[in-house]
Amino acid sequence: MAMMAMKIRNSASRRTTTTMASRQISSGLRSMSSWWKNVEPAPKDPILGVTEAFLADPSPDKVNVGVGAYRDDNGKPVVLECVREAERRIAGASFMEYLPMGGSVEMVEETLKLAYGKNSEFIKDKRIAAVQSLSGTGACRLFADFQKRFRPDSQIYIPVPTWSNHHNIWRDAQVPQKTYHYYHPETKGLDFSGLMDDVKNAPEGSFFLLHACAHNPTGVDPTEEQWREISQLFKAKKHFAFFDMAYQGFASGDPRKDAKSIRIFLEDGHHIGISQSYAKNMGLYGQRVGCLSVLCEDEKQAVTVKSQLQQLARPMYSNPPLHGAQIVSIILGDPQLKNQWLQEVKIMADRIIGMRTTLRESLEKLGSPLSWEHVTKQIGMFCYSGLTPEQVDRLTSEYHIYMTRNGRISMAGVTTGNVEYLANAIHEVTKSS
Amino acid sequence: MESVFSNVDRAPEDPILGVTVAYNNDPSPAKLNLGVGAYRTEEGKPLVLDVVRRAEQQLVNDPSRVKEYIPIAGFADFNKLSAKLILGADSPAIQESRVATIQCLSGTGSLRVGAEFLKKHYHQSVIFIPKPTWGNHPKVFNLAGLSVEYYRYYDPSTRGLDFQGLLEDLGAAPSGAIVLLHACAHNPTGVDPTSEQWEQIRQLIRSKSLLPFFDSAYQGFASGSLDTDAHSVRTFVADGGECLIAQSYAKNMGLYGERVGALSIVCKSADVASKVESQVKLVVRPMYSSPPIHGASIVATILKSSDMYNDWTIELKGMADRIISMRQQLFDALQAKGTPGDWSHIIKQIGMFTFTGLNKEQVAFMTKEYHIYMTSDGRISMAGLSTRTVPHLVDAIHAAVTRVG
Repeated sequence: MAMMAMKIRNSASRRTTTTMASRQISSGLRSMSSWWKNVEPAPKDPILGVTEAFLADPSPDKVNVGVGAYRDDNGKPVVLECVREAERRIAGASFMEYLPMGGSVEMVEETLKLAYGKNSEFIKDKRIAAVQSLSGTGACRLFADFQKRFRPDSQIYIPVPTWSNHHNIWRDAQVPQKTYHYYHPETKGLDFSGLMDDVKNAPEGSFFLLHACAHNPTGVDPTEEQWREISQLFKAKKHFAFFDMAYQGFASGDPRKDAKSIRIFLEDGHHIGISQSYAKNMGLYGQRVGCLSVLCEDEKQAVTVKSQLQQLARPMYSNPPLHGAQIVSIILGDPQLKNQWLQEVKIMADRIIGMRTTLRESLEKLGSPLSWEHVTKQIGMFCYSGLTPEQVDRLTSEYHIYMTRNGRISMAGVTTGNVEYLANAIHEVTKSS
Repeated sequence: MESVFSNVDRAPEDPILGVTVAYNNDPSPAKLNLGVGAYRTEEGKPLVLDVVRRAEQQLVNDPSRVKEYIPIAGFADFNKLSAKLILGADSPAIQESRVATIQCLSGTGSLRVGAEFLKKHYHQSVIFIPKPTWGNHPKVFNLAGLSVEYYRYYDPSTRGLDFQGLLEDLGAAPSGAIVLLHACAHNPTGVDPTSEQWEQIRQLIRSKSLLPFFDSAYQGFASGSLDTDAHSVRTFVADGGECLIAQSYAKNMGLYGERVGALSIVCKSADVASKVESQVKLVVRPMYSSPPIHGASIVATILKSSDMYNDWTIELKGMADRIISMRQQLFDALQAKGTPGDWSHIIKQIGMFTFTGLNKEQVAFMTKEYHIYMTSDGRISMAGLSTRTVPHLVDAIHAAVTRVG
């Protein structure tokens, strides 16, 4: 740092003095007000703001069940072993060139196999337009921009509730939004009839956002039978299904099982779109690796659609980041590493399923007057606890427990070390309900 | 079932990235890629800087490193170090906490995020960009919702700066209009204003209350000195006014594919800078939530260590010097061959690119007959040249100039 300062001081002394005119302009500038003085401070992101608040809390008892990032039983973030091995192979390699606009071809190919099936006819027939994206967010945004550009008349139907950023994404893409019933607060389960009514009443050819598995924030998924009915109704109404699949493998521990909804729609002949993310299931959060795919009529159309997706990516970031894509390619391209990955994903999913059971049992043992059945019925990273915003605020202010105000608990943040404390706190704020 | 996207037409190939695609498809052993602006060694190989390799090893060997989401605005230390790099560590703007810096996806990402912020919060939505400019600039600004106007920049008759035209066009711009400025090593022409001309540009911009938006993609790569290449930006910041700066580490740290860059917004006060940062985060979140870790970790590792920083400046100067040497070699060889025309612009222009002055037909001829790949505007990437390949290029240029209109 000292070297840097010295270099800069030397160059500063070489700078010529300014002329009278420019000094006048300078002093005039200093008294001018800012272009940005009417910029309002933005509200904190409801999800990421929780972690910021958590980090700022000095209490030794604090618990973060806010953002959906996996923690091991010691509450520590995890870098998967298969990822470490992949990184060892990359480090010191001599390639840091730009990827193509559509990203790593290798990585995209492997990723499509996960979603569509290893032997998918659609992959064989080259009918899928697919590009590497900036994780799930980037995939959704690219699709939203694509939808805006090529189906400007369309809207997006979004479930209630959903990941809060979904609304931001389609809003910034300027695609009008509508909602459809999804969560049933009374049962803390799926409002299936409400959902089907909304699907039926939507104009023919509407665009729907569906969570492929492990719905965020509720953890409530349709059953296989319900998915089949939804697919049939979509067919009758000629709707477009866009799947956000952020938790493949992470929900049940079995990637094939977690992609069931997508496979049902594919069997039924839908031309779907999919956003895939490796943030959770490969623990690659900050690397921002994902994939957007759109199933087309034929190869020609797939080439066309891909070219247009690239046109949207180019003025956003030119081409996607390399490192995460390399990690994914190495892991999925090496049978041993891929197996290791599948095992590690199952371990994460199993730990969460175990914590659900423990949390529910603890609450029941405390004699809670409420039913906590939903804790084990729901699936994936999140539990939609049913806690009210006021109860959440009490958990934070009295117990230093951090979660989003919609009562969503990230089960990944629950450990054998904090589950009793958490159960006790929840019991305290709800026992008089 | 019919696709809902059956009305979609095939997009044209990106003019710049499409050159490499065509090059890759060419089987000729004599082929030369002077298209995309990525540095090549004398042997024509891509280069991962030694200091970057070391930084990467350090990161891999550190078992405490995790892959969590980083903040929406990126790593705080990366942001601070990036601001210092472009503004200078003693910059009053930094000392007064008046700079909002957000890690973004290289230069493209920084430009797009900055433009989206301007569209939402700035009272003017027109941006003036130089003619010519990097092909992706108008697309970035259009997609952000800004309208694009041009100011004169390149003078084909001198192959230098059309300074009068520039002053006239910026002088006629509406008050408050945004002005895109290439901080150094103008892409595609390699033509930069002198420091006296920069001073006049600054005075004009400030007197008309225009808002400067710097694209700094070549700091250190142009002259070999990080400070020299930051001079234009620093004089603007020194006058106390506001500006935006898009920084890229693609070329100067060779981190191309890792997509590392930073957007800095220099504001009047710390309070304003803090509010501005909060609003920029709202642009980022629905675009990609948070930026990628890897490249920024490498940059921060290097900038934090005075040893690595020094080693970096040496490797950077090495790259810049090789390019400057290529310019000289190309110029000398054209002189020696007696190729008609004044080729002095090759050594007057600076940075990765030379705007040769060759026209579309001549370029097409050079591609077809000599397997030389370059963009149709006559731009060649000097980084793609080597001592070994200069003669082939000279033959091609000579033939094009003497045989094609």
